[in-house]
Amino acid sequence: MIEAEAPKPPKEAGALAKRETRLAYAMLLPTFLIVLGIVLGPLLANFWISFKPVELADLRAAAPVVNEQLRPRPSTAGEAVILRYRLRNSSQKDPITGVTLKDELPVGISVTVNDERCSLVGRTLDCDFGRLDAKERLELKFPTIVSQAYLDSGIRARDTKPILTGGGRNVLTSFDFTLDNFRKIFASDEFWTILKVSLYYTIFGTIGALVLGLFAAQLLNTAFAGRNILRGLFLFPYVAPVIAVAFAWVLLLDAGPGGTLNAIFQRMGMTEGPINFLGQKSIPFTIFGMSFEFPLALTTVIAFEAWRYFPLSFLFILARMQSISSEMYEAAEMDGATPLQQFWSISLPQLVGILAVLFLLRFIWTFNKFDDIFLLTGGAAGTRTLTVDVYEQAFAVSNLGAGAAVAVVVFAVLLFFALIFFKFSPQDDR
Amino acid sequence: MRGGLIFVSTLTVGALWGAVWMIVVGLLLMLISGAVAAPPVGLAALTGVIGAIAYLLTQRQQRTRKTLVIYGAGIAVVLLALTRFAPFGLSFETAPMYQAAALCAFALLVIVSVHRCLDGYAPERIGRYAFEVLLLRLLKGIGFVVFSIVVVLPFYVMVMTSLKSQQSLMANPLDFSIDIGQGASSLFRSYRELFTEFHFGSFLLNSAIVSVVTVIVTLAFAIPGAYAVARLKFPGQAFLSRSILLIYMVPAIVLVIPLYAVFSQMGLRNSLTGLMIVYPATTIPVALYMLQGYFRGLPAELEDAGLMDGLTRIGVIWKVTLPLALPALASVSLYVFMIAWNEFLFAFMFLDDLDIFTLSRGVVSLNSSEVPRQHLMAGAVVATVPVLALFLWFERFLVGGLTAGSVKG
Repeated sequence: MIEAEAPKPPKEAGALAKRETRLAYAMLLPTFLIVLGIVLGPLLANFWISFKPVELADLRAAAPVVNEQLRPRPSTAGEAVILRYRLRNSSQKDPITGVTLKDELPVGISVTVNDERCSLVGRTLDCDFGRLDAKERLELKFPTIVSQAYLDSGIRARDTKPILTGGGRNVLTSFDFTLDNFRKIFASDEFWTILKVSLYYTIFGTIGALVLGLFAAQLLNTAFAGRNILRGLFLFPYVAPVIAVAFAWVLLLDAGPGGTLNAIFQRMGMTEGPINFLGQKSIPFTIFGMSFEFPLALTTVIAFEAWRYFPLSFLFILARMQSISSEMYEAAEMDGATPLQQFWSISLPQLVGILAVLFLLRFIWTFNKFDDIFLLTGGAAGTRTLTVDVYEQAFAVSNLGAGAAVAVVVFAVLLFFALIFFKFSPQDDR
Repeated sequence: MRGGLIFVSTLTVGALWGAVWMIVVGLLLMLISGAVAAPPVGLAALTGVIGAIAYLLTQRQQRTRKTLVIYGAGIAVVLLALTRFAPFGLSFETAPMYQAAALCAFALLVIVSVHRCLDGYAPERIGRYAFEVLLLRLLKGIGFVVFSIVVVLPFYVMVMTSLKSQQSLMANPLDFSIDIGQGASSLFRSYRELFTEFHFGSFLLNSAIVSVVTVIVTLAFAIPGAYAVARLKFPGQAFLSRSILLIYMVPAIVLVIPLYAVFSQMGLRNSLTGLMIVYPATTIPVALYMLQGYFRGLPAELEDAGLMDGLTRIGVIWKVTLPLALPALASVSLYVFMIAWNEFLFAFMFLDDLDIFTLSRGVVSLNSSEVPRQHLMAGAVVATVPVLALFLWFERFLVGGLTAGSVKG
């Protein structure tokens, strides 16, 4: 559009620009391809799978399996035995078509082919069975005379592997579609609980990490000896592998006899019995005669989330705070503003931009989080979020289609929040 | 009323520090000595109050280091008296050396903390400004202690558990005392068994291979891409530089089912190659974003000069841009290494065979009731130490990288 309106550039420049464009595309091509193949492609494939009746077992496509034997085991020359092939369809529910068998027979046996589906040319056995129904088995028995040459050669009948062809329809590429997956997940009462838990986890985990990060940044904003060491230390939870810290927390919070935190609490006289932080769904309590349920395990995983990701917000907030000019504080000091007033009126307004960006990013990433809850509770005790549910449906219940359907919901919710954020986000910030 | 404010504040400062340091020191005493203590938090708070009031009533110019030491001794004596010579809730016969050291530590920490908070204050009316300064000092002090403990405790438990035996931990879960007398081979038994019986040597190697290959592939893909987005003019440039990060927002859990299905059928699933394809794909967008930001900041004149001198674009990138961008390359490499090393979901879903496990996958396989927990924790330590060591060594770069482009969770 713009090109048409612009005055025509000299030919040389146009060629140069074209070359630059071509070079740029060439340099971006590898990135584009791998992102297409591993991120965007699977994203679309996930939608595809969510509409298909596919189970984990269907991934192994139906295929023929054969077993070849010479029975009884020949021991003398001239002995009459049976060459037996047993074929079956590996699948329990899908037929296979185009099934053929090709086998090179060993030296020194003479086989009488008594089946019209098979033919023997030289030492090559060729069979064509056409279709094999689900679970169908076939048996071929050929009378065989064994000569001394066979016994001497040492090459047994089963040493020459038969070559099989034929395959079933691949569930993933077929055109069977169903809405059952979505029907199933939306119909279950659990789904709405899971959605609610996801939102609680995301909102409180994000806010927790931000508040802790803000507080930690306040601590390290002034210079003092050992500040760099402390800064490095505060980043540990984020840098360490999730498996290590998650299992450390599991041991720390264990309600059994080896749990450190419960031992501390009991020693200090703070609690009577052990608290099952990760295993107990809720603690009932009453305030002013109204009874509430405190979601214990969910709170614990939210605390873990805030602990593990506060370093990130801490780092960003600290960087922003150090860039606020000290003149503003000096001026405020002259006007007699108290430290808290300075924080509210100078620091916080300066930090709003970075806090908003961090909230947005952390919100999306916390919503996407799978590992943390999976390792801490496995989604038990009222901590199952949508992402954990994807795993549960697809791999624990072995229903890939239902798992993909939940993943579609995850993506849809994410898109919804992204749109809201972009609508309300401040335009100038970047 | 205002005149009472400083006294209320002093009481709070003294009580809080007394209680906090009793909990911390008492815990450390338990963890290090293995003695079963019952820290008297209430009495310690009372001791702290007495110390704080004594400090407040002292003339400002007399609050010297010497006075502080004397007051510290006084605090120790008060605590001894209040607790009837059982400052940590157990008689002085058990672990006397540890207890004496803990008592000294407690007294000094309390008086120093009180000094830090109340320095400059006298028993007189204070205004709002002075009150807030005092409040912030107290909050910050407590914040330091609480943050440090909360961050360190899980790591401490991890390391110490790996050095203990299951029975002794069950008997007293707070006894993290290390018996040096048993010798190194017995102390590090879990680690030795991990490497001899649980294949951790090969896990470590696999993790290293996967992570290093991921870094190399990511850089090989992201450098040209980032250069193109930062320097070359082409239709869609502005769109790309803004939207590349959106790819990073796609949750891994949405990708895992299709990738599992397709990789299963292609025979890539149960292999390290599969991981080495998936990891770079997830890190390239963010690496590209970080690098293009840095490339933009480099002076274009140097590159133009290189072009004038007859270098090709590739030559310019190789000889001019990359040497200038070394700090950014280091940041990105470290960051990508960290992601690949720590990755759990795909390793867990893809790898079935023991000999190709990465550390993440290997540690998860230790999480069963048949494997004692010191092995699990030793595995966690083995997985953590390389990445933490790398991080501490290159902290400057990593912190730069994290703030420059990191948005990942």
